[in-house]
Amino acid sequence: MSGAQPVCLPVGGCLPLAELPRLDYERFSRLLREAVQGGARVVSYFARPETDGLTLYAVLLADGDGRIALLRTTLGESFSSLSPELPQLQLFEREIAEQYGVRPEGHPWLKPVRFHAGWTGAPDVWQREAGRHPLVGDMAYYRVAGDEIHEVAVGPVHAGVIEPGHFRFQCHGEEVLHLEISLGYQHRAIEKILRGGPHPATVYQMETAAGDTTIGHTWAYAQLLESLAGVQVPQRAQVIRAIGLELERLANHVGDVGALAGDVGFLPTSSFCGRLRGDYLNLSAEICGSRFGRGLVRPGGVSFDLEDARIATLQQRLKVLEPETCGAIDLCFDSPSVLARFEGIGTVSAQDATALGLVGVAARACGLARDLRQHLVPAVWTAAFAQPVLEEDGDVYARGNVRRREIVASLALLGYFLDQLPAGDTRVPVRELAADSLAVSCCEGWRGEVVHAAITDRDGRIDRYKIVDPSFHNWSGLALALRGQQISDFPLCNKSFNLSYCGFDL
Amino acid sequence: MLGRIVLHLLVLLILSPLLPGVIAKTKALFAGRIGAPLLQPYYDLARLMRKEFIFSRTTTWVFLAGPVVGLVVPLLAAQLMPFGGLGASLSFRGDLVLFVYLFGLARFFTAASALDTGSSFEGMGAVREVTFSCLAEPTLLFALLVLACGADSLTLNDLLGPALAGRWHSGQAASLALIAVCLFVVVLVENSRIPFDDPNTHLELTMIHEVMVLDHSGPAFGLVLYGAAMKLLVLGALLVRLVLPLQTGHVLLDLLLLVAGLVGLAVLIGVVESTMARLRLPRVPQVLVGTTLLSAFALVLVLR
Repeated sequence: MSGAQPVCLPVGGCLPLAELPRLDYERFSRLLREAVQGGARVVSYFARPETDGLTLYAVLLADGDGRIALLRTTLGESFSSLSPELPQLQLFEREIAEQYGVRPEGHPWLKPVRFHAGWTGAPDVWQREAGRHPLVGDMAYYRVAGDEIHEVAVGPVHAGVIEPGHFRFQCHGEEVLHLEISLGYQHRAIEKILRGGPHPATVYQMETAAGDTTIGHTWAYAQLLESLAGVQVPQRAQVIRAIGLELERLANHVGDVGALAGDVGFLPTSSFCGRLRGDYLNLSAEICGSRFGRGLVRPGGVSFDLEDARIATLQQRLKVLEPETCGAIDLCFDSPSVLARFEGIGTVSAQDATALGLVGVAARACGLARDLRQHLVPAVWTAAFAQPVLEEDGDVYARGNVRRREIVASLALLGYFLDQLPAGDTRVPVRELAADSLAVSCCEGWRGEVVHAAITDRDGRIDRYKIVDPSFHNWSGLALALRGQQISDFPLCNKSFNLSYCGFDL
Repeated sequence: MLGRIVLHLLVLLILSPLLPGVIAKTKALFAGRIGAPLLQPYYDLARLMRKEFIFSRTTTWVFLAGPVVGLVVPLLAAQLMPFGGLGASLSFRGDLVLFVYLFGLARFFTAASALDTGSSFEGMGAVREVTFSCLAEPTLLFALLVLACGADSLTLNDLLGPALAGRWHSGQAASLALIAVCLFVVVLVENSRIPFDDPNTHLELTMIHEVMVLDHSGPAFGLVLYGAAMKLLVLGALLVRLVLPLQTGHVLLDLLLLVAGLVGLAVLIGVVESTMARLRLPRVPQVLVGTTLLSAFALVLVLR
């Protein structure tokens, strides 16, 4: 209880709040800084009003050892911002400022994140009118001045059927000097709705936190409840969850490679991958009746079993899909005219990626071994998962190639899981949640890590629920990747990240 | 002469929407899809023409002038061009210069109507279109000069007349082959095809030609599409005539030959679009400077 070291927890673990020492802010920030210098990164950072005042929680994870470190401190009306030293905290601090009206002093980029009214009724940091919903996107954008500078505004309504987001480009001719991204159009206040939960509707809300990461978010949510309830999920259910997760990864990665090809006008791969994506979605539907995996993962296990006949169907269909997928994708990656468009575009350096705390595909494309499947709790991964797929260059090609290689790896994983499905139950009941406890759960969704954290009150109800979608970290990476690029390459860079708007907006 | 004018107009008005249809069908087959019907562009035009005109309050008459001029220009330019074996209906000394700059006029009005909307996208597209066309223009002029040197005339009718077939068997064959390649590039650039532009993309930031007509809708957009199809036919006819300079003397057979050549060109464009990715935008001027040099070299070969 001395607080000389952060309190550690295995991934997917649970801790009584009383065991987490309350540090003063100075010591908190020193430990945080040391941990990050030691190679850890902040995976979640959130505040909660408590009797002692607004309490700030930091959840850190060191890649490679799979242990989660926790810190907590109490905040006053303002606190000194850590973002100048640790840029990966900049969005988290802005978020806390927006939710609780506390000002991170010295924050270099203090702007609203999701444009909602404060949660506690405290005065707004930006002096926006109280009691009314703020206008989304209403903030001071970064401007570049000069005769030959022009500004291009894109969105929030786009030409394609995509989510709303606003992009401001400061351009010199065709060159982008700066891109600022403003989101928040799809804010649904999921975290706020969850207070006092879990409610009957909660699991459906989790499935749609980011609709394309249904399995990822529901897995993290289920794992969180299981660790709070102290329930062990049967092996068979874990493997079925893993099958669902890999199918989700395959469908999205295949769709992304096709979309990348479509953006550079390379039609064959674009068309074939569009069709193949549908085939993978149909495999999910084969398991649980929903192409997006809705209804599959539930706290305590899964709600659909895989009979031998269905396993055989899946194996048979995968056998046909595998060569088709590899053929369609190789066609694109073997075309010089496509490579000329992918290589050297939208580069993010490993240094910037580390500083911004990028995760998932975008991080692995910069050579950072950030893949939570290395140390997820279920033992299914340790047996089957070999190595994260890494690329060094950090450009569009690297992000595309990470996806291409992960598709191959996922197909192998799926084959293994379908072969080795252990016998047993698929679901156990989840009853009372531990009171006054903190739990953190993680899942490597197709886009990157999904981290959920929850604190229960003294009745074992959820008092604070925190969701971190990979997009939350990675949007800043996209903004950075556009510096000095051609504005005509923006759609391609954007597609290579393919981030979620609603996963960010929550 | 009146008969010729009518025949040229009929060919242009009736056949032109077929070409985008053929291109789309070729691309669909390459992608393993069935694709839209061959006659889809006709249906699209009919649908657009039935809609009402909608104009933004911030636009002026210039906004409509773009589509109208874009439609009239190919109609005029077609009269100067021999369509395959069918001679030009209007012909005078130096008409090739008029031919080239009629398209310049259309471009001026399209760009002006894009700027008229005040949208940042459309302005960006206008800048790109004008830049790339500037660079494509010398290629077209050099190519016509090569033909003019051989024919010893300055009318398109003579340039592409019956004598053209004989020149393929003379020492000029190399030059003609070079300008045929250059003209193919010009056809792709001027008609905003891959690898220079992507007519099917929905991404405003990458568009060149399409972004200039984003605000046009209904019949105005129909005029834009119709004009574009006719432009493709007129420029395509130039290339087809150069590569297939056969002449039977029979009007119907000549017409058939022209149509076969145009459909062949459309298929070729479809194949190029299916097998290539788009060029990066900064590469487009480099390619166009390259074709200019190539066509200049063809001229040197003829003059030496």
